[in-house]
Amino acid sequence: MLTRRKLLKGLAGGAGVLVAAPITAEARAAKTLPDKALGLLFDGTLCIGCRACIAACKESNGMPPEFTELGIGDYWDSPLDISGKTLNVIKAYRDGTGLNKDQEKDGFAFTKVSCMHCVDPSCVSACPVSAMTKDPETGIVRYSVDACIGCRYCVAACPFNVPRFTYDTPIPKISKCQLCQHRLPEGKYAACAEVCPTGATLYGPVIDLKKEIERRRALTPGTQTTYPRGKIGGTDTYQGPAGHYVARTYGETEIGGTQVLHLSGVSFDLLNKPPLPTVAPASISESLQHAVYNNLIAPLGFLGTLAVLAWRHMRPKAEVAPPAKPPTDADDGGAP
Amino acid sequence: MTTKAATHDEAAPIGGRIWTPFTAVLAVLVILLVVVLGVRFVRGIGAVTNLNDGYPWGLWIAWDVVIGSALGASGFTVAFTTYILNRGKYHPIVRPALLTALFGYAMAGASVVFDVGRYWDMWHVFMPRYAQLNSVLFEVAVCIAAYTVVLFIEFLPVVLEKFGMAKAHQKLDKALFFFIAIGVLLPTMHQSSLGSMLIVFGPQIDPIYQTKALPVLFLVSTIGMGLAAVTIEGSVTALALRRPLERELLAKLMKVGQGLTAIFLLVRFTDLAVRGQLPAIFEIRTLTILFWIETALFATPIVLLLGKGGTQPRRFFIAAMSMAIAGILYRLDAYLVAYDTGAGWHYFPSMGELVVTIGLVAAEILGFIIAIRVLPVLPKMGRTRTAPATETH
Repeated sequence: MLTRRKLLKGLAGGAGVLVAAPITAEARAAKTLPDKALGLLFDGTLCIGCRACIAACKESNGMPPEFTELGIGDYWDSPLDISGKTLNVIKAYRDGTGLNKDQEKDGFAFTKVSCMHCVDPSCVSACPVSAMTKDPETGIVRYSVDACIGCRYCVAACPFNVPRFTYDTPIPKISKCQLCQHRLPEGKYAACAEVCPTGATLYGPVIDLKKEIERRRALTPGTQTTYPRGKIGGTDTYQGPAGHYVARTYGETEIGGTQVLHLSGVSFDLLNKPPLPTVAPASISESLQHAVYNNLIAPLGFLGTLAVLAWRHMRPKAEVAPPAKPPTDADDGGAP
Repeated sequence: MTTKAATHDEAAPIGGRIWTPFTAVLAVLVILLVVVLGVRFVRGIGAVTNLNDGYPWGLWIAWDVVIGSALGASGFTVAFTTYILNRGKYHPIVRPALLTALFGYAMAGASVVFDVGRYWDMWHVFMPRYAQLNSVLFEVAVCIAAYTVVLFIEFLPVVLEKFGMAKAHQKLDKALFFFIAIGVLLPTMHQSSLGSMLIVFGPQIDPIYQTKALPVLFLVSTIGMGLAAVTIEGSVTALALRRPLERELLAKLMKVGQGLTAIFLLVRFTDLAVRGQLPAIFEIRTLTILFWIETALFATPIVLLLGKGGTQPRRFFIAAMSMAIAGILYRLDAYLVAYDTGAGWHYFPSMGELVVTIGLVAAEILGFIIAIRVLPVLPKMGRTRTAPATETH
């Protein structure tokens, strides 16, 4: 006969599996870059801060203007940061006299803020309703307003603080760069790269962008070189001096890598692009969930144990076997 | 008397006036909540909250959902002790505990509706077409929704009894064991997941709080909070309604709570040591000060309940309060204070957010008062009125 001790043992076992699983969780395989992944290369040393990309982005994506203290009167779109109304923005770093481009002291530098299109995106892992998805072919991190419930878990989860929310309307949605995927069928590509006059924002397959980064890094800073403009592999080019880069390529390893890569002449820490771990938080989170809910084996086992115990303790008194319990436990309880 | 099986039929509505100055104040607070929510639904979330893209989740998630449901753990912890561990003697506190849980979860569910931006599409969570099984929030949402239904079913006998539906009651009783079992499983799952939800935030959560032990820490502290909630509710009900206190039962529950709190601290400090984060807790900054306040609050019940004196109502009540506040503070700190998404972002709840949260708590208390006056929730007080409650029920 099943004794209480045995039952408790079984119960503890079930609960033990549930509690121990997270600690022993094996990391799920890290996600890898899709073969045909598309992305952007932003080279801060080429950027002249013209902000043409901001205007082109707004037009191509039908985003409303944003009026801030940067503009004079409510005439010009003047976003200070990405927001529910702005998917892409160029920000400036300035120090001291601010005279020398790409110098940390007494200099200035530009950086681009937009979705990094992570290889293993936190927003995709977080979204409960598949509104955030990663295109299996291009790797573009897409957003579907039709699926979205507006919970903002993606906004909170993104370490780059990219998905934004429209708080000022009763019919809100998430805003984020989708690499102009809607323009791809028309044979066009990311509007920000298309209009960039210096090739600072360059569009193309991530594999090719990485080769271009290697090429630029191999050049002697200051020597004239030919840069591809718009998209990589096109005919449009731009002549300019080779940049003097900091060692790090932002996006190469950050949370498992991203499809948008940044080169810079000044430290990324100064550009509000902080160092991030190389392991994707999404993979840690999902490993844990998978370990606990692996085919629901642990939960169902636990449920079975609970159900047997509850049934034994709640069935009508008459069916209970002769009392084998001390009198203190006589009030077996349960339903009549 | 002790040989008689305690059944739920011994519960009875306590009757009495529903409208008193106290319940009137509660009603006013609920009305204020409705007004603020009116503005929120017409003008958007930004019109009444201080939420922003740096802090997209605020008080409504941290308090109403995460803490509200944790205090609602009273239901599953008591169901577990009573039916799974077969301590039939806990019966007198089952119904009020389930009621507390039901209100806690109903309010958590309600607050999600007005915190979520596109609430009209919330049904997506339950559609296989949209379901995203890797999402911790998916698991939490489905699990909490399912558990709220289970809580209604667990509480249903009270309603059936009230309306004299004996046949339905009998039928339900046969299946109730299964709902009790699933009613223990589901909270185990989502209460731990409420901790796991923070893991995907990665480096945005301070390393003192960001750990793979989050699900264990949340689960263990939730059970403590649930037991504390039952103890507080039982003590306040006894005091306010001049009913005998379920002294022995509550003291025993708090003994379990004492053990859990010790486990919590053990897991927490071991985890900090393993991850090499012990030096970090000795830095002086807001988060570490809060960490030590939490630790002190978690340690208080352990000390207070040591020895024989632990069964004194005053002691276990203070221990319960400390345990509940410790769990609340731990959650607020983990969700809001330890979260840092970068320079330039600030958040403190707006007046509107506070009015809504206070209004929800008021609604819960008001609902509880009305329910115990109208429905058979609390043990019947009759000829055994003068006898110690613990012996007869």
